[in-house]
Amino acid sequence: MNGRFAAVLPAALLAAALLVAGGAGAQSPDAVRIGVLADMSSLYADLGGPGSTVAVQMAVDDFGGSVLGKKIEVVSADHQNKPDVASSIARQWFDEKGVQMITDLTTSSVALAVQEVARADNKVILVNGAASSDLTGKACAPTSVHWTYDTVSLANGTGAAVVKAGGDSWFFITADYAFGHALERDTTAVVEANGGKVLGAVNVPLNTADFSSFLLQAQQSKAKIIGLANAGGDAINSIKQAAEFGIVAGGQKLAGLLVFVSDVHSLGLQTAQGLQLTEAFYWDQDDKTRAWSKRFFDKTHKEPTMVQAGNYSATMHYLEAVKAAGSLDSAAVIKELKSKPIDDFIIRNGHIHDDGSLVHDMYLYEVKKPTESTAEWDLYKLIATIPGDQAFKRPRGNECPAVKG
Amino acid sequence: MFSWLHIAMPPAPALFAQLLVGLINGSFYALLSLGLAIIFGLLNIINFAHGAQYMMGAFCAWFLLDWWGIGYWPALVIAPFAVGAVGIAIERLLLRRLAGLDHLYGLLLTFGLALVIEGLFRQRYGSSGLPYTIPAELIGGKNLGFMFLPVYRGWVVVFSLTVCLATWFVIERTRLGALLRAATENATLVQAFGIDVPRLVTLTYGAGVALAALAGVLAAPIYQVSPLMGANIIIVVFAVVVIGGMGSILGAIVSGFALGLIEGLTKVFYPEASNTIIFVIMALVLLVKPAGLFGRAA
Amino acid sequence: MSRRAGLWWSIALIALALAAPFLFYPVFVMRALCLALFACAFDLLLGYVGLLSFGHAAFYGGAAYVTAHCVKVWGFPPELGIVAGAAAAALLGSVFGWLAIRRQGIYFAMITLALAQMVAFFALQAPFTGGEDGIQAVPRGRLLGLIDLNHPLAMYYFVLAMFVVGFAIVRRAVNSPFGQVITAIRENEPRAVSLGYRAERYKLLAFVLSAALAGLAGATKCLVLQFAALSDVDWTTSGEVVLMTLVGGVGTPLGPVVGAFVIVTMENYLAQAGSWVTVIEGLIFIVCVLTFRRGIVGVIAPCLTGRAAAPPAPEPSPP
Repeated sequence: MNGRFAAVLPAALLAAALLVAGGAGAQSPDAVRIGVLADMSSLYADLGGPGSTVAVQMAVDDFGGSVLGKKIEVVSADHQNKPDVASSIARQWFDEKGVQMITDLTTSSVALAVQEVARADNKVILVNGAASSDLTGKACAPTSVHWTYDTVSLANGTGAAVVKAGGDSWFFITADYAFGHALERDTTAVVEANGGKVLGAVNVPLNTADFSSFLLQAQQSKAKIIGLANAGGDAINSIKQAAEFGIVAGGQKLAGLLVFVSDVHSLGLQTAQGLQLTEAFYWDQDDKTRAWSKRFFDKTHKEPTMVQAGNYSATMHYLEAVKAAGSLDSAAVIKELKSKPIDDFIIRNGHIHDDGSLVHDMYLYEVKKPTESTAEWDLYKLIATIPGDQAFKRPRGNECPAVKG
Repeated sequence: MFSWLHIAMPPAPALFAQLLVGLINGSFYALLSLGLAIIFGLLNIINFAHGAQYMMGAFCAWFLLDWWGIGYWPALVIAPFAVGAVGIAIERLLLRRLAGLDHLYGLLLTFGLALVIEGLFRQRYGSSGLPYTIPAELIGGKNLGFMFLPVYRGWVVVFSLTVCLATWFVIERTRLGALLRAATENATLVQAFGIDVPRLVTLTYGAGVALAALAGVLAAPIYQVSPLMGANIIIVVFAVVVIGGMGSILGAIVSGFALGLIEGLTKVFYPEASNTIIFVIMALVLLVKPAGLFGRAA
Repeated sequence: MSRRAGLWWSIALIALALAAPFLFYPVFVMRALCLALFACAFDLLLGYVGLLSFGHAAFYGGAAYVTAHCVKVWGFPPELGIVAGAAAAALLGSVFGWLAIRRQGIYFAMITLALAQMVAFFALQAPFTGGEDGIQAVPRGRLLGLIDLNHPLAMYYFVLAMFVVGFAIVRRAVNSPFGQVITAIRENEPRAVSLGYRAERYKLLAFVLSAALAGLAGATKCLVLQFAALSDVDWTTSGEVVLMTLVGGVGTPLGPVVGAFVIVTMENYLAQAGSWVTVIEGLIFIVCVLTFRRGIVGVIAPCLTGRAAAPPAPEPSPP
């Protein structure tokens, strides 16, 4: 090695860095980019994840692939359920990659973090995966819409229907996380408003494998209904073990507050039968949902969850609003979205409130018995349709500054 | 008609039920930490891939059923051998290269392995998991007066206790076990006696991995068979082994069951802390008895 | 010759650091700088004292929470918020250190893990931390009441300054008589003790320093990304810093920095790949442990700077 070479290498490093940076900045300027920021690999990958990207791409294709004379591109990334990862990706997408709108956003902590980024950058986010009603409550933002469902609508759906059917005493098994507490809080309010009472609750750390101890406590409470204020693997394991401990056979009923069709499919009907749950969308509702779901199934070999379907609906309406507004400006697009009813085969009878919540019909389903099911994905029967005004009515009023005063 | 009518009489019977449930969990901890302790004892490797190997055991049971229609009972034998064979390959190809290095490197290597294995399974099977039902012979439950005990849970306790005691017996009371212990103390000397120590090491790692897989098969009907099941439990099992004393077989078994009980009680009195209590105990034990409850002083 | 190469390298690196916000996305570089400082702090313990802490997330995340609370709720200016965060981490570090340094090797790692898990539990349960949602929307504020940190460039140079200060402290500590003593203790503790050094006191001091700097990194990160969240105190964060340090090179001045940048870049560019990120991370781990235990810097730097034979980079020695 000689002295000249010693200087060449550092210089080469600098040059390479410049090249990389230049390459990264070279984006085609006239494309509209939509970002799918989802849990691609972990706990919630099955209810959103890669399937969400597929759904968004389907919406873009159905829309025609371009808007305002620009090509539409879909970008996607894995936020790993970490708000810091999510927020730095979202910032970079907005600031550098020309992303106009971010959708999916599973996990409440992630959605809240990205909502703050969107607020600062004045960009649109359409939340489909996260549950927390705080997104349109005390943390509400002018350019975000909570599209598919929230803890309030789940509580109103399952809570009210179950109490009216005679399930007037409750015991909660709650994930010791903010979304679990929000679900418990919102459901308790609904149960009490309908004349039921809550006998007790137990807070369970996230990712607990064994629920038998908590199920025994629920048994001892003699409550008629055991409300599961948890999600993902926790919900699956608690339902599975409830069957093992003869909870349902003993006369108590389970109410899943945040259970998705992917969870029920993975549990199997033998275990999940009789479970009541609220969803915004089920693939087997009518011909239109079946036709769309078949196209989705052909790409993913799974039926869509409400989150994935919600991503399709949100993307479609976003693009239509961009077209109608004739602009990508966030305020104009949101104004356009809020000005019209949201009504397609996924989201029915909907309209967007000033707090950013999309109020629409929700459905109470019961999981079929194995004998009632005719196919692998024939899982639910419809019990009731809950009109949007009832489903999204906050039991305690809203802290969102945009609507409070 | 069911037992929880009696549980209403607080608190002794209810507490008893919770303790029994804790004991059941303890038997999983014991079985898992047993494998970990055996591996550490002879290889001086902290096998971070143990959770992934436990998960592979459960998946193996599912593959057998789904692909070839082979049920639970054969799986209980086949899965440990299959996953154990994978373990042997891992030892031969990777871990062997770390012989003589600080055991932190073994920890880091197996940590990497766990990431790879779990990532691959997640990529293929998603995260919500696959169903596996309780074998027909063990469906149902027994009314014990103070609680409804599912037959399968009873089987788990009995079976795991049997395996633990058998393993302890082999290691502490047989010639093979004596060789193993001797090789741990002084590998060169044992080698000099004409024993193929590297092969002994390989087989031991395979056996430890097989125990993890066995626990996986036992867990499959209770927990969802999911790529994440091992990642959630590994760090707890780790703590169990450290509390028992690294490498101590008896320590792993006893502290596995004991921590199951303590965790069970925590779930009643302070459920939020039931995942953390184990670390509180680990910190306390290490401060008072640095080598763990049953470990020899370092 | 090697000295001249080193000079060129320093100039190139400084130029790169100053020009980075114009070349790359600033938030990305800032996040990487914070993690690089975190890794340097961690390496102070692993590389020079020979102690593997598996609980450093407690300092990184704990400081982030303290800073977030001070700035958002109590309205501290950013510089004071960061000082509060780092001070809290130092305090926490002195408790951890006092409990843990009497143990070595795997037992040390396990005690730090256990204590960090308790901190994580506290972060989840305490009323002011906002559960798993964390403390969101932390304002960046005005530095010394003058400079508006909401401007990306201002924030960048502030973070760079924090990093340089932290890095300088680590280098100064390592190259000082204090550094000589801790290295001596790592190499042969009984001998160091017999020479009259009170080993435990030195180790504790190194631990507290490492914790405070990890806290500085976490507090700065909290201002960059404007929130503190539960994943900051999770044990996987402790695992990640081990990964960064190992990949970059344990006990080398620039190793942890290079490692942090490599891992953050990877995470960033592989974010589309889903589960493959973990698979690739795992493979890198395996390859590092098997083939180059001295890390990228430990293996490559000697070739680049034209040194014929690099001084053997210290591997974490057995306890």
